[in-house]
Amino acid sequence: MKPAFWLRLDTLARKFTPFGLTFVLILLNVLPLHIPGMARVMPLLPLMAIYHWAVNRPQLMPAYVVFLAGLLQDILTGSPLGVSAIVFLGVYGVIVGQRRFLVDKSFAVIWLGFSLVAAGASAVNWLLVSVFYVTIIDGDALFFQYLLSLGIFPMLTWIFTRWQRAFLGQI
Amino acid sequence: MKEGQRFSGRVSAPITNLVHRFTYIGLVAAAFALMLLGKADLFIVERFRAQVTDAVAPILEVVSKPVATFNEVIQRGRELADIRRENAALRQDIERLLQWQSVARVLEGENKALREQLNFVPGPQASYLTARTIADSGGAFAHSLLVNVGSQDGVTNGQAVVTGDGLVGRVAGFGSRATRVLLITDLNSRIPVLVEPTRTRAILAGNNSDRPRLIHLPPGVSVSPGDRIVTSGHGGVFPTGLPVGVVDSVSEAGISMQPFVRRDRIEYVRLIDFGLQGIIPLPGKITDAEPPK
Repeated sequence: MKPAFWLRLDTLARKFTPFGLTFVLILLNVLPLHIPGMARVMPLLPLMAIYHWAVNRPQLMPAYVVFLAGLLQDILTGSPLGVSAIVFLGVYGVIVGQRRFLVDKSFAVIWLGFSLVAAGASAVNWLLVSVFYVTIIDGDALFFQYLLSLGIFPMLTWIFTRWQRAFLGQI
Repeated sequence: MKEGQRFSGRVSAPITNLVHRFTYIGLVAAAFALMLLGKADLFIVERFRAQVTDAVAPILEVVSKPVATFNEVIQRGRELADIRRENAALRQDIERLLQWQSVARVLEGENKALREQLNFVPGPQASYLTARTIADSGGAFAHSLLVNVGSQDGVTNGQAVVTGDGLVGRVAGFGSRATRVLLITDLNSRIPVLVEPTRTRAILAGNNSDRPRLIHLPPGVSVSPGDRIVTSGHGGVFPTGLPVGVVDSVSEAGISMQPFVRRDRIEYVRLIDFGLQGIIPLPGKITDAEPPK
């Protein structure tokens, strides 16, 4: 009885890690880094986490977790409540629907997929915030944020993949 | 038993799929509903925000410390590199400032004497609260900070937030241990200011870029690059004369301003309690807000 209990607890803890990592990235995203100009073009770290887990382990990243991650992101960044939740859910929906094009593909394909998804997410985000404030928001920072995100993506994916192999091998 | 399992699997798979689909659609609808609720500026939404921020604040506080320390070490190293040149520059500054000090002493005495002759009633004394930045959030859509003080330390909405360089922004929402500071560059920031050389009133409007704009200037007023901008104190929320920035460019498109405070340098800030609540209402404290005559 006892080993089974510990085994189940262990599995549960492992299953929780995709959400845990996403949570950590949401916090990292708002840390004051004191690098000139960085705060405006901070890469879309939480989006990368949602993309990666939606492609590789969608069952460990259910829609309500994506929704909660979006809410937390909105609350911490001070953007209108619900905007990031819509964007994250949109990305999640698209990826889960098109998974067969991305699962077990080469890294270049995954990267290309992210570049398309991130562009769409940025555009939708811009549109939603512009409509919310009834004004056209300057998009220059958005473009650099997008480029920086594409640059960071390989590094983060490498970490996620290692994590997946180490802790989520059989799950 | 095996038959049964296979059967239930065959039936349950489409049902789970359906449930998943409905959950997904429901969540998207909920997110849109939250956006609408937020647009209506509901008290509940604000409270929810404050509570979640309060819950996460201790984590952010702990995590932001090593980052700050790391940056400090790098900064120290850089300073050490040109300590000699900086020393010379500082000596010159001291000489120049000592001259200013004597001028200021004379003016202070004169000012005091003149005030006594006019029976001038001094404005309320400001009190200060020092806080540390625990989150610099925003990206392309919002410019705000989280600092590690809250209502338990005496924060209220609308308080001016400054560093040694100048105005950072104002308090826009607080929990019991964390406070959101809306930067002057944010889209929603509107601050009554004066163009110092001409004492012209204007409104400083943020636009989510590094350079907020001056709007609502009276017609026929000339503003030139290099003019200092300070808070005017109109509206009774901010003290008068807090330095804000200098005029950066004047063109057909508008007047843009370069803030004195650099966002990446903000670590410790001071919240000014001016004693006045001005135009921003507080729940349950509206009656004792008689403006000074």
